[in-house]
Amino acid sequence: MPALEDLYREIVLDHYRNPRNRGELPCPPAKRAKGFNPLCGDEVIVFVEVDEGGRISDVRIDGQGCSISQAAASMMSVSVKGKTLSEARELERAFKTMMVIEGGGSPSSPADLGDLAALQGVKKFPVRIKCATLCWNTLSEGLTTE
Amino acid sequence: MELNLKLNLDASTLKADFPLLGREVNGKPIVYLDSAATSQKPQSVLDAMDDYYRSINANVHRGAYYIADLATTAMEETRSKVQRFIGAASPREIILTKNATEAINLVAHSWGREYLSEGDVIVTTIMEHHANIVPWHILCADRGTRLRWLNLNVNGNLKLDDLDETLDGARLVVLSAMSNVLGAIPPIRQIADAAHEKGAVVVLDGAQFVPHLPTDVAELGADFLAFSGHKMCGPTGIGVLWGREDLLEAMPPFLGGGEMILDVTTEGFLPNDLPWKFEAGTPPIAEAIGLGAAVDYLADIGMPAIREHDRKLTAYALRTLPGRFGDKLNIHGPADTSERGGVLSFTFGDIHAHDISQVLDGEAVCVRAGHHCAKPLMDTLGVTATARASVYLYNDESDIDALADALERVGDFFG
Repeated sequence: MPALEDLYREIVLDHYRNPRNRGELPCPPAKRAKGFNPLCGDEVIVFVEVDEGGRISDVRIDGQGCSISQAAASMMSVSVKGKTLSEARELERAFKTMMVIEGGGSPSSPADLGDLAALQGVKKFPVRIKCATLCWNTLSEGLTTE
Repeated sequence: MELNLKLNLDASTLKADFPLLGREVNGKPIVYLDSAATSQKPQSVLDAMDDYYRSINANVHRGAYYIADLATTAMEETRSKVQRFIGAASPREIILTKNATEAINLVAHSWGREYLSEGDVIVTTIMEHHANIVPWHILCADRGTRLRWLNLNVNGNLKLDDLDETLDGARLVVLSAMSNVLGAIPPIRQIADAAHEKGAVVVLDGAQFVPHLPTDVAELGADFLAFSGHKMCGPTGIGVLWGREDLLEAMPPFLGGGEMILDVTTEGFLPNDLPWKFEAGTPPIAEAIGLGAAVDYLADIGMPAIREHDRKLTAYALRTLPGRFGDKLNIHGPADTSERGGVLSFTFGDIHAHDISQVLDGEAVCVRAGHHCAKPLMDTLGVTATARASVYLYNDESDIDALADALERVGDFFG
């Protein structure tokens, strides 16, 4: 069994204890999406606002759940803020590739993931992968909601 | 089966009967504290199922040849063993199902659709498992019946101050004989008697009760009792519905198919006699035989001894765990072990249950984390999830101590 330290990295626990971009945004103009992970009872609510230039101008995270689900959502909010929609989708793809649920191997350039790379230990605990990807699926749903 | 009144059992000796409990996880001996989800299986149950497949595998109630007769006899012996185990009047009252969930669905579908209609009241409780909520929600959507809820008192058991008003006009009362989250054992006889006075029929979810306490359906006073084999040392895929014979006799069939008929024509069918009327298709034969072996195993140890062992171990946990962790550890449910079983749901600081169970897993301690299929209860308790440790006849004080040691580790990460 892999070491728990691989799962609960210091930077992950920091995002859990001090979540970034916590709160809500008025809808509209923002869009809201809510995701559930029935295994842990995790709940992630993503508020996302996209400006006229197709850039994510603001994002907020609400909800509750296990450390991995909440830290992953906080880290995601930091990484996508200010990015264009296609950049955000690229990040999602790279993150899910790292989690080995998309593509085959490691991301071509893990450095691009920044702090998100700290979550790669989660893939050694397959039961928890859904905790880490819940926020990305929820963001994706928010961005495609009419 | 001789009456067994032994009140002591030696868990460390019994452990040797369960092959899985000899394994290691993460290089450490396994500490299995999730018997409320499913129990481990003794060698005798594994052998009984293996012997069936190796020596008498044939379909039941069909073939006129030797091994088909042996298979049928072995399966029907289980019915009689279960009948004696729960004090039922006749094997005709023992319906073999897939699990407790299917047993409850059988009552909802067959009895519910036959006898309930628009506006009829079904009384249930806030501490039910989803298996004893959703079938009734489905019935309400289909028939326009309504649910009324019994709530909790401050001790973590059912609040019965307003029992009479709540039961007013009720046609059906459905409740758990022991909560899978709180361990709470409500005063079943009192509730059943009050329900009968109002003319209601009583359905008990015995999934947690039957594996852990001596069960006598006449004493419980209910009309139906549902339970699962896999929580009482038996295999998965086999459960039981006990029902009063007059009620079962009057009910329409549930699932249709082979075995549940006496005759089929192009015009219709004639249902089989009890209990086969409710057992469509080839039954889980090996699993039924495994359940028979599990009942033998439990009866040989003696249910009073198992109850007393559970109670002592629960008292030990309720004493030592708070002693070690103080207010940081909050164990839900009654403090009095006479009104609870060995199911210990807890929160630990503000650490999420899944993070707790993850760290415990690293110490080879198996507990459940989540909402335990009881979301209305979670809402009432004001929590989204709890961790849950549950004991059985093969656990001893060393397992509770291992849980406590592992909880110290949780503090290392999230303290």
